[in-house]
Amino acid sequence: MNALLLLVTVAGQRVALPASAVESVVELDTLIPVPRAASHVAGLSALRSRVLTVIDCMRALELGATDVSDGIHEAAVVELDGHHYALLVDSVEDVVEARSDPAPLRAAMGRGWEAVSLGLVETDDGPLLLVDVAALIGGVEARAA
Amino acid sequence: MDDLIADFVAECREMLESLGGEIVAWEAQPDDRARLDSIFRFVHTVKGNCGFFEFPRLEALSHAAEDALADVRAGRRQADGALVSAVLAVIDRIGEMVDVIAAGQPLPEGDDAELIGGLAPGAEASVAAPVAVAIGEAKAATAATASPRTIRLSVELLDRVMSGVSDMVLARNELARRLRDSSTDVAVDGAFERLSGIIAEMRDAITRTRMQRIENLFVGLPRMVRDLSAELGKQVLVDVEGGDVELDREMIEMIRDPLTHIVRNAVDHGIERPAERLKAGKREIGLLSVSARQSGNQILIDICDDGRGIDGKRLAAKAVAAGLIEAAEAGRLSPREQFELMFEAGLSTAAQVTSISGRGVGMDVVRSNVERIGGIVEVDSRLGQGSRMTLRVPLTLTIIPALTVSIGSQHFAIPRSAIEEIVRANGDSVTLSQVGGAGVATIRGRRVPEVALADILGLPSSLSDEQRTLIVLRPAGGDVFALAVDKVHDHEELVVKPAAPAVMATGLYAGTTLADDGSPILLFDPAGLARVGGVKLESQERARGLVDVASASAERARVPVLLFRTLDGARRAVRLASVDRIEDVSGSAVQWGAGQLRVQLGEAILPLAGCDEPPPADVKLRMFRLSDGEAEIGLAFLEVIDMAEISGDIIPAELPGEVGGVALINGEPAELVDVHWLFARHRGTGRSSGGQAVCKLPGDDPWMQNMLRPIVENAGYRVVGTDSDEPADLVVAAAGTALPANDEARTIWLRSEPEANGSERSIYRYDRAGLMMALSAAAGGAK
Repeated sequence: MNALLLLVTVAGQRVALPASAVESVVELDTLIPVPRAASHVAGLSALRSRVLTVIDCMRALELGATDVSDGIHEAAVVELDGHHYALLVDSVEDVVEARSDPAPLRAAMGRGWEAVSLGLVETDDGPLLLVDVAALIGGVEARAA
Repeated sequence: MDDLIADFVAECREMLESLGGEIVAWEAQPDDRARLDSIFRFVHTVKGNCGFFEFPRLEALSHAAEDALADVRAGRRQADGALVSAVLAVIDRIGEMVDVIAAGQPLPEGDDAELIGGLAPGAEASVAAPVAVAIGEAKAATAATASPRTIRLSVELLDRVMSGVSDMVLARNELARRLRDSSTDVAVDGAFERLSGIIAEMRDAITRTRMQRIENLFVGLPRMVRDLSAELGKQVLVDVEGGDVELDREMIEMIRDPLTHIVRNAVDHGIERPAERLKAGKREIGLLSVSARQSGNQILIDICDDGRGIDGKRLAAKAVAAGLIEAAEAGRLSPREQFELMFEAGLSTAAQVTSISGRGVGMDVVRSNVERIGGIVEVDSRLGQGSRMTLRVPLTLTIIPALTVSIGSQHFAIPRSAIEEIVRANGDSVTLSQVGGAGVATIRGRRVPEVALADILGLPSSLSDEQRTLIVLRPAGGDVFALAVDKVHDHEELVVKPAAPAVMATGLYAGTTLADDGSPILLFDPAGLARVGGVKLESQERARGLVDVASASAERARVPVLLFRTLDGARRAVRLASVDRIEDVSGSAVQWGAGQLRVQLGEAILPLAGCDEPPPADVKLRMFRLSDGEAEIGLAFLEVIDMAEISGDIIPAELPGEVGGVALINGEPAELVDVHWLFARHRGTGRSSGGQAVCKLPGDDPWMQNMLRPIVENAGYRVVGTDSDEPADLVVAAAGTALPANDEARTIWLRSEPEANGSERSIYRYDRAGLMMALSAAAGGAK
């Protein structure tokens, strides 16, 4: 299998997103907060006349919070059920080719990671955790429910 | 009907076209089942439609073909070459006839017996008979009168174009902003203007392609009502109006079910059986009218019946029995609130479940379906007279007029349809108070729950309550509440997109949109705001909230009143008991007479209050006929608003006058008409005919008849002749004549000489003051 993966850093860790799910990588400047929404919804942003729902990956993984008060943030734009989301990440590194199908990881992961894991994939950059985008967007609350 | 025929023609042609290949293939392989089926479907469809449109010739043809093919399908007959060519001939003939119909011409007379005969088993395969000449001629004419060319598109494709155009509008807005920011030369601006104009035009056009006449929704109703009423043994006449109102295609689909349900309900529960109707003094045939009209950016669909109406009390009793509300609560419901109960799940007024409706699933679904598309259902009913349901739905789903507001630095949008009014919190007519931690705003005497948007959203705001602006909102299906926002900005037409599930999960928002400056804006759902803000919409609506609770009015005797609007627009109420009936008179019946306006009603002339000068002769005037049991007066008004009850305090007016006081009625202040004052002012001349004092005047005395009679009548007497047998309260006689009756005490003697001579009790006949005194003294004695 040689699917493409997007290599990103979240909470200091390098993980892979399925590149087929990612539409583009953008830099967000302004965020409009959504009061009363789940904590991992960092806010709304506009990209080419489309409204993006911005997801704070750190919060979604219960690994703290991304500081969104100022500056420019890198994000991966994905589409899920007709809605567009921007996943806030520390940085976007590269696109690599998967060298294997995702395999279940038997080691104990942190709780947040466990919930979004699709398994381990081998790449030229070493083994990487493949992240389930839908689970990430669902956030902690959805999993708790 | 023309639309339907056009649809029929389009459908037939489409099928004929796709059949073209099938027919040939079938001819080569008559035992091919799939081909046979599609040809069968075609003739079957044609047959079904023909019955509806009354094309007997087409129907006979397709029917014969269907029969023959059905036999083949059932295995009773083998498809042979003869049958195939016979069927093909029939299909060709159908195609030609469809062309004639499309040209808008009547089907020519002709004989298809040969073709039909050809279908019979064992018929000769010689049916390629020449087509009727008339058809050939008509066909030649077809080309000349080509109808507007149409193509059929899938709605999905239209939706894609629509959303593409919406995106284009947004992209244009963004471009406009960028152009404003960077200085560009005039040529670029000009080109952009042109592009902008084209996009706007395109948006209009594409919006129109999604519009459909609401007739499509109405066209099935007469048939449905007919079948339904036949089944129920009722007679119902349907009156459909406003079919040319246009509505978004999707919207039409969304209201199809609710409308059908309401109509079925009206026929099933509303309209009575003919015998019951006759007993109730109505026509045997019930009238059901369905009408649509556009009002602003809303479409209003009224469904009215003249049936038995909705029994609010029974609804309330049922709701109590079903455990939906408390008995004590039920007693406090106003009629409107009682009707609202029908939208509760699991409640049906039908005494027994019928096959048509009455299972208690329904009205709640109707309401939630209508509310889902941003609409409202309203009910109004008079027991015994009928009921009216009104569906209010927005024109389109995607473009919503909204008001933008802000808290701190963040902007939000509120759909304009839910906004009742906007008031400043520090205005004279507004007071804010805290009751047990809950905010209450009193706006012109009307108490509404108040919540601060900043608190609902948990956003910091530097403004105090008094510095904010209150937006009075009425969410769909709920009662009003006031929302305090920091700042109100602008009215905008927003292209609304659904928000992501994580955002919708808050229950606060209805969608997202982009402002002109390109930043995303959240659109509020007013009902969600109320819910999150802790405003109890439902119970608030029922208990009439704080107003009732504060006055502890449950025990207070309720005064039924008629709420009406005066000619100059004031909202007033008059006690129901003092209104005899409502009359319609033409303006010419109102005239000045003896110092005040009077209105002629048949034989009677009544003093008229409520207007200052006679209306134009051709204007219809509505008036209450007020009666105090003895005298009557008219009170002109513009329209009756509602029947209501006064349960709160009545604040008396400072000065006596037409208005006796002010009271809260249905949550709004209304002036209460002082009927006593009206009678005190206007009474005296407008005696009702019953209970009037009778005065006997000699009928043969011209002076008495011509001079005295008007004065006597003016004093409130009814004048009869001396020879009348009626017991008189007063008798007037000329001095010196014989007493006509034996009632000495009640007789006034009149003498023609100024000086009295002898007869001490007589009055000089031109002594007006003396005469009046005697008359009124006698009148007083008569009562």
